[in-house]
Amino acid sequence: MLENLLMYFQYPFVRYAFIVGLLISLCSSVFGVMLVLKRFSFIGDGLSHVAFGAISIAAVLNLTNNILIVMPITVLCAVLLLRTGQNTKIRGDAMIGMVSVAALAIGYLLLNIFSTSSNVAGDVCSTLFGSTSIITLSKTDVIICAVVSLVVMALYLLLYNRLFSITFDENFAKATGIRANAYNVLIAIIIAVIIVLAMNLVGSLLISALVIFPALSSMRIFKSFKAVVISSAIISVFCAGVGIIVSLLAATPVGPTIVTADIIVFLIFCAAAKVIRR
Amino acid sequence: MAQLICSNLKLGYEGRTVIEDINFSVNRGDYLCIVGENGSGKSTLMKSVLKLHPILSGSIETGDGLKFNKIGYLPQQSETQKDFPAVVKEIVLSGCLNHCNKHFFYTKHDKQRMADTLKKLGIENLANRSFMELSGGQQQRVLLARALCATTEMLLLDEPTAALDPKAAAELYELIKDLNEKEKITVLMISHNIDSALKYASHILHIGTNQKFFGKTEDYLKSEVGKIFAKKAEGV
Repeated sequence: MLENLLMYFQYPFVRYAFIVGLLISLCSSVFGVMLVLKRFSFIGDGLSHVAFGAISIAAVLNLTNNILIVMPITVLCAVLLLRTGQNTKIRGDAMIGMVSVAALAIGYLLLNIFSTSSNVAGDVCSTLFGSTSIITLSKTDVIICAVVSLVVMALYLLLYNRLFSITFDENFAKATGIRANAYNVLIAIIIAVIIVLAMNLVGSLLISALVIFPALSSMRIFKSFKAVVISSAIISVFCAGVGIIVSLLAATPVGPTIVTADIIVFLIFCAAAKVIRR
Repeated sequence: MAQLICSNLKLGYEGRTVIEDINFSVNRGDYLCIVGENGSGKSTLMKSVLKLHPILSGSIETGDGLKFNKIGYLPQQSETQKDFPAVVKEIVLSGCLNHCNKHFFYTKHDKQRMADTLKKLGIENLANRSFMELSGGQQQRVLLARALCATTEMLLLDEPTAALDPKAAAELYELIKDLNEKEKITVLMISHNIDSALKYASHILHIGTNQKFFGKTEDYLKSEVGKIFAKKAEGV
């Protein structure tokens, strides 16, 4: 089995996929903690559907590098969704639900009507569940992914204390002169960027799992914010690594395998929490 | 010179006026209680002072060297905080953020300040405890410590004892009195508890749809509105 694995890792595209997978899962998990605590996890879910719609548009327009169109659309929607969450007649959660299904429906419709591909169902499936796209990443994709992930992580570390303050108590943060609204927009943009990157790994329907599961697992056991963040990062990177390796050896789809690993860890942490409390 | 001056203030939401003609000023070392019926705009007034809520007209100015972001705020507790994974240290340190505009991380000085504040409030033994596992009274002390890390001059407290049992409430009132007397920290407090307001405050601001009274506590007790309000509270 080990030989088999080593054989796989001789191929550059497998190594690329592995590196990108770990980086994305790292970014999504640390911001996931904040999303879950700010009650924003639904926005992440909505955005992943928007990204699917955007990919359909890119496919219809026959763009070679679809990140150029998917990224701006998703970022724009992220900012708009965050704004509308605060003050409009349609409530935030209903709005997100609406945008999600609209993006899914119109995306699939566009693909069916205009697509030049012979296998529309296969394309849709791989966009939704990320079955093969991680293996087909080009070197440019890998570089973009790596640079963006590093920038995102650097921002997170630099702003860690301020992000904590805003997440724990936005009003207090504002009163002490932190421009919370600007930070919220920044958070929305970063989430959108992470989601677009994560689509390559697990596909648009499963992204929320990467964002939510590690945070929830960690919150079963750890009681300090720092410990929750560190534990989420470790869980997420570990599950992504295991998921990718298992999917290579057992020839299962990457996304669902990673998410299954996250689910198993969540169940283990739940059980462990029960034992500790006793 | 006054630390805080509000003149001809008009507050409301989306064009609907909640309260108008508010005029008051606060001097260093004052202990001002803001009283009034539910929904009379007390919290809105406090949020406006903190610039969390826009004012419709009038002005709020600071003086005597006070800056808006150097006011310590103890908000009403929000739902999210009840299951938030954070230890006391992390929360109290976040009060120091208004000192570090130029750097990203807490300095030794910030950490010392945190430790001193915990000691002052008698909760240094809680430093590494999880916030959500503390009692209501302990949680309020932690949030008060956070507010004290943000200020040496003025505290704004929005119903700090609302969720506390009488004993914990009395302890918190004593603590705030000490801070006011010993540290000369100006206190602005919204209070539902008229007894403790009259007992501790040096000044009272009574608001309804407009300003009913502003002045010293002893004058308030002699005023018409004060007599009615104090009596009503006694009857309850």
